[in-house]
Amino acid sequence: MLIFLLRRIGTMILTALCLTFIVFWLTNLSPNLEKVAKSELGARITDAEVTSWLDKNGYNDPTILRYGQWLGVLPGWTRTDADGAITGRCIPAGADAQAAAAAPTYCGVFQGDWGFSTVFRRDVSEIIARSLALTGRLMLAVLIVMIPSALILGVLAGMREGSRTDRALSTVSIVTTATPEYVSGVVLIAVFASSAVGLKWFNGSATSAMDGITFANFTLPVLTIALYGMGYIARMTRASMTEVMTAQYIRTARLKGVSFPNIVMKHALRNALIAPFTVIMLQFPWLLNGVVITETLFNYKGFGWTLVQAAGNNDIELLLGVSVVSVFVVLITQLISDVGYVFLNPRIRIS
Amino acid sequence: MEPLSWTGSVGVFLNPLLGIAAAIFAILVIAQMVMSLFAAPVTLQSNADGTLVARAGALGTVENLLRYLVFALVLIVLAYIITGIVLPYGQTGILGAMSKRFLPIWVALILTFGLSMMFKRKLGLYGKLFDSTIGMIGFGLVMFWVYTAIFSALFGWIETFDPLGQPSDLFIAKAMKNAFPGAVFGTGTEGTFPHYLLGGDTLARDIFSRMVAGSAIVIQIAPLATLFAFMVGITLGLPAGYFKGRLDTLLSFLANLILAFPVILLFYLLVTPEIVDTGIPSFMAVVLFVFPIVFFAVLLNSRYHTQPKVRTPLLIVVLGALGWLYLSLVSQDGTVLHFMPGGLDLFDVPPGILVVFVSVVFVNAPTVFRIVRSLTLELSTRDYVAAAQTRGEGSWYIMLWEILPNARGPLIVDFCLRIGYTTILLGTLGFFGLGLPPESPDWGSTINAGRKLLSQFPHGALAPALALLSLVLGLNLLADGLREESLKD
Repeated sequence: MLIFLLRRIGTMILTALCLTFIVFWLTNLSPNLEKVAKSELGARITDAEVTSWLDKNGYNDPTILRYGQWLGVLPGWTRTDADGAITGRCIPAGADAQAAAAAPTYCGVFQGDWGFSTVFRRDVSEIIARSLALTGRLMLAVLIVMIPSALILGVLAGMREGSRTDRALSTVSIVTTATPEYVSGVVLIAVFASSAVGLKWFNGSATSAMDGITFANFTLPVLTIALYGMGYIARMTRASMTEVMTAQYIRTARLKGVSFPNIVMKHALRNALIAPFTVIMLQFPWLLNGVVITETLFNYKGFGWTLVQAAGNNDIELLLGVSVVSVFVVLITQLISDVGYVFLNPRIRIS
Repeated sequence: MEPLSWTGSVGVFLNPLLGIAAAIFAILVIAQMVMSLFAAPVTLQSNADGTLVARAGALGTVENLLRYLVFALVLIVLAYIITGIVLPYGQTGILGAMSKRFLPIWVALILTFGLSMMFKRKLGLYGKLFDSTIGMIGFGLVMFWVYTAIFSALFGWIETFDPLGQPSDLFIAKAMKNAFPGAVFGTGTEGTFPHYLLGGDTLARDIFSRMVAGSAIVIQIAPLATLFAFMVGITLGLPAGYFKGRLDTLLSFLANLILAFPVILLFYLLVTPEIVDTGIPSFMAVVLFVFPIVFFAVLLNSRYHTQPKVRTPLLIVVLGALGWLYLSLVSQDGTVLHFMPGGLDLFDVPPGILVVFVSVVFVNAPTVFRIVRSLTLELSTRDYVAAAQTRGEGSWYIMLWEILPNARGPLIVDFCLRIGYTTILLGTLGFFGLGLPPESPDWGSTINAGRKLLSQFPHGALAPALALLSLVLGLNLLADGLREESLKD
């Protein structure tokens, strides 16, 4: 078990390094850097000025070295100008020689220095912490709505395979999996929040939910994300439930005269819920997608909205920070799902 | 000219009918579900006189009623469509006018279904699809959009206005901006189509025509991109599952790497103009589009390498044709890769589309790879594989001609599902305004354009959203029907 865990964590770290390097490389391609230079100095600068600005700010080093500096495993670059002023990655702008000498050698993600956002004019770590807190609230609400309803739907459908209930509930879950967030969000807003239909039960925007969550401003975004994920989990639960219901020990229980509700609740459910656990965990990457779409649609300034802003405005450091967090969320949920599966299912032994 | 209402004069009489039938249907479905939770499982009871009793009592009555109600609902919906076609324009409202406009599609659908039903026992898995209601509904929805795409792209039969152009008359343009469904175009006597059936968007273009034109883009890209993703996934997944070992570890690691990437981040990184300028998507196209050629070369070579007389000309013809297509596809005007002389370059894909295509293939391929790999792992332990190995067949022959045909069932089902997923991805790209030009009528871009005014004018985003929903739903139902029927063997 320990070796399995160590190997998984090893693969995970390697994957994380590869992925962050790819993102680093893609965001730091020369046209992106030129755009940064132009947005810092004004659009009408010459190519020579661009080059000198890039050189002065350490952007001309080889990508792999800069990746090391960004990670914090290589010492940050320093440069001494002709007039003796020292600039460097770890030295705050405009610092005097004394401050420059006192600045740390390493400053990267490992040291907690995530850089500075050019769009929001704030520290990246601060922006990410705030937006993650907002998204955390959204996700919590989504999970509270999605998981119980998906499990109930799946168990009810899988309890009696092929029955009318099964077919009706399976159709419901197919419909929800066929409705991406940008469709369900649009339909929900049009029906429940627009003046054209006139119900106006909820708000069409979740901006006010950032200050205080109310039923009116949080229902629609939560429903939008929950609906899409729900169908998939329900179908997996149904498949696992039907498999369990045909198992030998269920037949034995029936022959012994155990009542049907008792069989479902006490005998079948526990084994049927192992597979959905992994599915729920692996659902997180998709939920992340849903979060990006829903937050954009409802203008809720959480993690997904930040991602879109960073990517749309070529905010390199913020985009890197956002991708590090999202890659880690994905990898950690994968790890939990693997370990949890082994932990929950005593039949699996790792050699 | 009067603006059209939704259902016109037939609605006076059909709408209440539909409402009542639907309400009773909903109540009965819930009642039936609640009752069946407490009911004993169904047992067919045979009587002494040779008849069968399925289920009696209240629940049995509810089930029978539901069956009739489904028929009634279908009949009412058919009545909307048929009255729309038969009665003169304007009397049957927007629904009737749309149904009249879709007339070629109804004819094509009836022909398709009639012919397929007639010969369904000779058509293999496709014919069996017509034994499952779910599968038929799904197939009908998919074919509806396929025919819409074909008829509008090739003949321009369906759309009522130019999907890209605004009205030239400024007064009309002002009146049609965000117009509600059924609004009269000008005075209705300009010699054009008299109404905007589903209203106008913020630039005063006809939403109905844009929705119809959007279907052509989706139907062109989604299946083709899925096909390419399958070629890549199959070409890499078969050897990974068959040879196992280092190759498998490496390929699986790469696939997991791509899968761990949040899709939207990947799109933002690949589809922005700066990255397109560096040529990375073009180079990815060079790599990804090689796979079909490799696939066909290995496929034919492994089969015919013992008969060089057949193999050599066959390979020359097939690879020559594919290679030419490949080179014309990869070489694009205005990108870094532009090496084909004008006369030899068969076609140029519009600039945004190739990038979108490449990124969608790139995102889908790892999942296909994983499916093919696990199927191969399972199938390579079968006896027929061992028999082929004893006969001395080559590895590639075993993979492509023994294992792959036996994996076709799950792969066909997944192909349908994946087209739906690709459609969703294309919509996501459009929703974030990536890749395709903003005036493009594809559904994602139209939803994106319409979502800003959602609270006052929801029709602009609603029409493409429902269109996309129905296509993806159709594909999912089709996959479900196919799965059900292929499991019956």
